[in-house]
Amino acid sequence: MIVYILRRLVQSFLVLLAVSLVVFMAVYAVGDPIELLVSAEASDADREAMIKRLGLDLPVWLQYWSFLSRAFHGDLGTSFVHGIPAIELIVQRFPATFELVLVAIGLTCLIGIPLGLVAGLFNDKPLGRSLMGGSVLGFSLPNFWQGMMLILMFAVWLQWLPSSGRGDTVSIFGVPFSLFTADGWRHVMLPAINLALGNIALVLRLTATGVMEAKTQEYVKFARAKGISERRILTRHILRNILIPVVTVIGMEFGTLIAYSTITETVFAWPGMGKLLIDSIYKLDRPVVVAYVMLVTFIFVMINLVVDLLYAVLDPRVQLQEAQ
Amino acid sequence: MSRRTTLSLASLAALALPAGMAAAQSLTIGLASEPTAADPHYHKVTTNDSFSAHIFESLINRNAKMELIPGLAESWKPVDDNTWELKLRKGVKFSNGEPFTSKDVLFTICRVLNNETNVSRSYMEPMQNFTDVQTPDEHTVIIKSDRPIPTMPNELARSLPIIWSGIAKFDKLKFAPKEGCGVTSPWPTVAEFNTGRLSIGTGPYKLKSYVKGTGIEMERNEGYWGAKPHWKTVKMVPVPNAGPRLTGLMSGDYDVIESPAARDLPRIKENSKLDFVATPSTRLIFFQLDSGRAQSPFVKAADGKNPLQDLRVRQAISMAIDRKAIVQRLMDGMATVANQYMPAGMFGSLDKPAEIKFDPEAAKKLLAEAGYPNGFELTLTTTNDRYINDGQIAQAVAQYLTRIGIKTTVDAQAAAIYFPKRAKREFSFAIGGWPSENGEASGLFQYWVASTNKDQGLGTSNYGGFSNAAFDKVFVPAMALMDSAQRKAEYQKATQIALDNVPLIPLHFESSIWAYKKGLSYEGRRDQYTLAMSVKPTK
Repeated sequence: MIVYILRRLVQSFLVLLAVSLVVFMAVYAVGDPIELLVSAEASDADREAMIKRLGLDLPVWLQYWSFLSRAFHGDLGTSFVHGIPAIELIVQRFPATFELVLVAIGLTCLIGIPLGLVAGLFNDKPLGRSLMGGSVLGFSLPNFWQGMMLILMFAVWLQWLPSSGRGDTVSIFGVPFSLFTADGWRHVMLPAINLALGNIALVLRLTATGVMEAKTQEYVKFARAKGISERRILTRHILRNILIPVVTVIGMEFGTLIAYSTITETVFAWPGMGKLLIDSIYKLDRPVVVAYVMLVTFIFVMINLVVDLLYAVLDPRVQLQEAQ
Repeated sequence: MSRRTTLSLASLAALALPAGMAAAQSLTIGLASEPTAADPHYHKVTTNDSFSAHIFESLINRNAKMELIPGLAESWKPVDDNTWELKLRKGVKFSNGEPFTSKDVLFTICRVLNNETNVSRSYMEPMQNFTDVQTPDEHTVIIKSDRPIPTMPNELARSLPIIWSGIAKFDKLKFAPKEGCGVTSPWPTVAEFNTGRLSIGTGPYKLKSYVKGTGIEMERNEGYWGAKPHWKTVKMVPVPNAGPRLTGLMSGDYDVIESPAARDLPRIKENSKLDFVATPSTRLIFFQLDSGRAQSPFVKAADGKNPLQDLRVRQAISMAIDRKAIVQRLMDGMATVANQYMPAGMFGSLDKPAEIKFDPEAAKKLLAEAGYPNGFELTLTTTNDRYINDGQIAQAVAQYLTRIGIKTTVDAQAAAIYFPKRAKREFSFAIGGWPSENGEASGLFQYWVASTNKDQGLGTSNYGGFSNAAFDKVFVPAMALMDSAQRKAEYQKATQIALDNVPLIPLHFESSIWAYKKGLSYEGRRDQYTLAMSVKPTK
């Protein structure tokens, strides 16, 4: 187990290194940030000084090398646009994205799994069929359009919920969280629903097909013959078996949402990391883009590891070792 | 798990309450772009200056029409060609109760000259030309420079937000920027301003919090010397996307928003709860022609030459564009046709410029005269995310040019790609936009029309390589004339010479738009600033 985790960590490190190289070169190739920063009023001397200060006068491999050596000291560079460390910018935005995704994943589990069970158990009844049919709609709606519709309905017409931004925050250990205030919850609701809808549909369908498959299996019939209550069959026998693919998907979705909730964050002006990434790409804020992708890669690698460990917990047959 | 569920259920109950109206006395503004720092000397862009004007004041202020009015200085006058004297207002206090004196002015000048965390030497113009700053008493400042700076009042109004001298340590402050002016502690950095610890100014508002991406909160400075603004607390929220910004205004999240999309104006006009104001700004949208060299990358003519070097071709292109149609149909009237390089009424512009007539027939004749009866091929390069409707404007202009025989294709790019390429002179016919920040004709001519001379800071954006001796001869000496009437007359001459030689093809001046709830009013500003002080309830 320990050996397995260590080996995985070494692999992760190599992945991070490869990603840093690719991203650094890609952002380098996109364009020169100097013209966006230096005003047309600046003299050539000013421009040269700026280029020097940002280290943009060095050849690209030297730039990468100095980035790497600083990264090993925990310094991922300073934002060209904001003049403060890139990682600080990202960390400032992380809580907002994290709580948005947390609520979205919470909604996904709380709504998706129960509905999926219902749809799977009653797959031959109108209720089950309409749930399965409706779920197709859930993940085929374009995210930004759906977001605008939610705003139109709940914020503009009904005026129940605010349309954008992140309500009042409370500082916990110096980190601002909005999930501890009513206003914060009111703000997070619409974007979280927007993020969750597609995932609810996904989880619903996964659960339903799992249930349909499982309920005809021998072990379920046997359990029923033994006289075990329907409820216990459902929770102990069926649910436990079908949760493996669901856990995988939810884990991957968690990572995807944290990294790329960009569209929802843009539509709802949610001050999270996705919006920061887009803004930084537009402004060619190289250090922020690189630091961001590094961080996201790290998160994905960790999530993969956690999902693999969870398998072992859920399914005793899974052995933690690499394929020989 | 169960505890979390009850928590969320309780919160869900709270959700059912309708969104309450914002308390009176507090104002929420939806910004189109976010200030990059709370440091007033960090990066010279409109967004940052507009924000810092709430907290830090300048020696000289500008009203909505960009006319100079007394600020922290009550009066100013040139003593001789290279010397200005300013008398400071008495009885002004910083938000922490400390008195404002000439020491703070000297300290601020020293800080901008010793600012290590700013972007591309922002705010060092024209301070880097100062040779001495004297403070004979607490309310007098004398500034000496190495060359005449006739626009000194304008420059002080736009480039020197005053900070408190108490944020650094010194025994005796003296004007010696190279030696650090006698300051013994490290100079304050941008991060220290962002936390609000050093954001101490004399302005009408105090900074409460500044969280990147989330917003800015300010509260009224009750000890402010000037007219008290109506709003006790002000919140500014960055919402870069125009759609959400407008829905936020409709749903009551914001009281005022910057720059709603021009296409949404009809909806704002129909909505009985909303109102808007449109104010012509000084930002000119133009096309820059690569007329300075015999071969240009995106022009293909049968004779192998660069037709843009021929004045008749440039005039033909200018006459082929129907500016009125562009302003009315593309811009929904939210722009003013430009027949010269700055709005009429501004310093150095022509009072009654000749209209650049839309006349495709005459344009064709001119092309034939220049030796291109069948036109030539041209690629027009434009941004698609920088100026209002820039992509569509380029499409329209391309069609007008094609109509007179110049087969024009459009290449639209993101600003991040476009600006670096333009600076390397990779285009032949490129869009541009420039506001006349100092309120005088020199604000544009100096960078875009004058022949490039790097040592004098002339023609730094003259990417078309335009060079006209007659223009330079009039314009360059005029920049040093201290006598306003003389300078104005010379600038008007320069404007006429420029119009006759078409270095740039002017299109229109953008209007800035602010939309707000009915029951409020906003005094739209030429400098495009969004100020909470200018939002007032209608009685």
